[in-house]
Amino acid sequence: MLRAHGLACVRGDRRLFSDVDFSVSAGDWLQVEGANGAGKTSLLRIVAGLAQAADGHLEWDGQPVDTVRDEFNARLLYLGHAPSIKDDLSALENLQTAAAVAGRPLDEATALAALRRIGLKGREDLPTRVLSQGQKRRVALARLLCSQARLWILDEPFVALDVAAVALLCSILDEHLARGGMLMFTSHQAVQLAGNGASLRLS
Amino acid sequence: MNAFVAIVRRDLLLAARRKSEVFTALFFFMIVASLFPLGIGAETNLLRRIAPGVLWVAALLAAMLSLNRMFAADHQDGTLEQMALSPTPLALLVSGKVFAHWLTSGLPLVLLAPVLGLQFDLSPRSLGILMISLLLGTPLLSLIGAIGAALTLGVRGGGVLLSLLVLPLYIPALIFGAGAVEADMAGLGAGGHLSLLGALLALATFFAPWAATAALRIALE
Repeated sequence: MLRAHGLACVRGDRRLFSDVDFSVSAGDWLQVEGANGAGKTSLLRIVAGLAQAADGHLEWDGQPVDTVRDEFNARLLYLGHAPSIKDDLSALENLQTAAAVAGRPLDEATALAALRRIGLKGREDLPTRVLSQGQKRRVALARLLCSQARLWILDEPFVALDVAAVALLCSILDEHLARGGMLMFTSHQAVQLAGNGASLRLS
Repeated sequence: MNAFVAIVRRDLLLAARRKSEVFTALFFFMIVASLFPLGIGAETNLLRRIAPGVLWVAALLAAMLSLNRMFAADHQDGTLEQMALSPTPLALLVSGKVFAHWLTSGLPLVLLAPVLGLQFDLSPRSLGILMISLLLGTPLLSLIGAIGAALTLGVRGGGVLLSLLVLPLYIPALIFGAGAVEADMAGLGAGGHLSLLGALLALATFFAPWAATAALRIALE
């Protein structure tokens, strides 16, 4: 269970948000909303541990996140704006190296199955630089299918996806929630997911 | 440890896909080191005296060429964020990247140096000492360079700043590296210089990844 108390973020001398409280338990999802520049990405980066909050603190299973950082990282999957894929590697190599660097090596069959499900059949061995924006996005999303992380933090996961891919992503997220996973994401569109949902508006 | 191997393998695979970057540094080293004998002419005594310094300076500049790309690509495509969020300590992953950088830009220089040394009429014994000094010195260049590359990550005009930052720090490596070959040619023995170079390498292996990691965390915020 993830709980945040009074998070605040300051950029320069501007206060983006303050006193943000929320909690996400197993099977719950939280959609972060707000206008452009409201600090949605900053909030996600603070929760993931990539940035420091100006104020407030985070708890993971009742303990401050800073004291259980390794365990927290082992249970976390973060997908940011940048797709974090290497243009010179194929989709398959990208999946496998990303998993190995994260300390969770992936066998080829699992990776291939994930790529097939995400709609990249026949393009597994092409360097990702020849793929379209949407297809690159799909390579990044294929990491969700191979992930055993409990907490998913996704920054604008629906961007650059076609209608079919949005439906597919929703079903992947539903499966994650049904397994008792936690989900936190930003999106400008209204999304219907299974499980307990809440939205957090930054202003 | 598996993540260390994984990051080394990934970076070597990327280098294999982008061979031009590796060969640019190598050809730069070859050309700079060959310009001196051509410019000075066939005065073997003079050439023999300047050889250690020239070869070391050329190796140092060649090793610098690829420094600003050490973390820049990872920073741009977001893989650096993923590395920072990995359960493996970031310092270990950074060590892996430095090791891969040395394998692709330092080790080739070590192997090529004796061939270039022939142009300066160096004796086989001096060539051996030169190789040993480069073998100890080039990892040191990669390690110190990693700190500079991490500090200048995301800074505009970072390339020039990187050279200004890193070149002064390379001076000890240059002095002891070139000094080892000179001392041996003067009959003084290269042991002292090589030991100091080894000590610097041990020190940098321990501290440089931590320093680079701290700089990377700042760049990520």
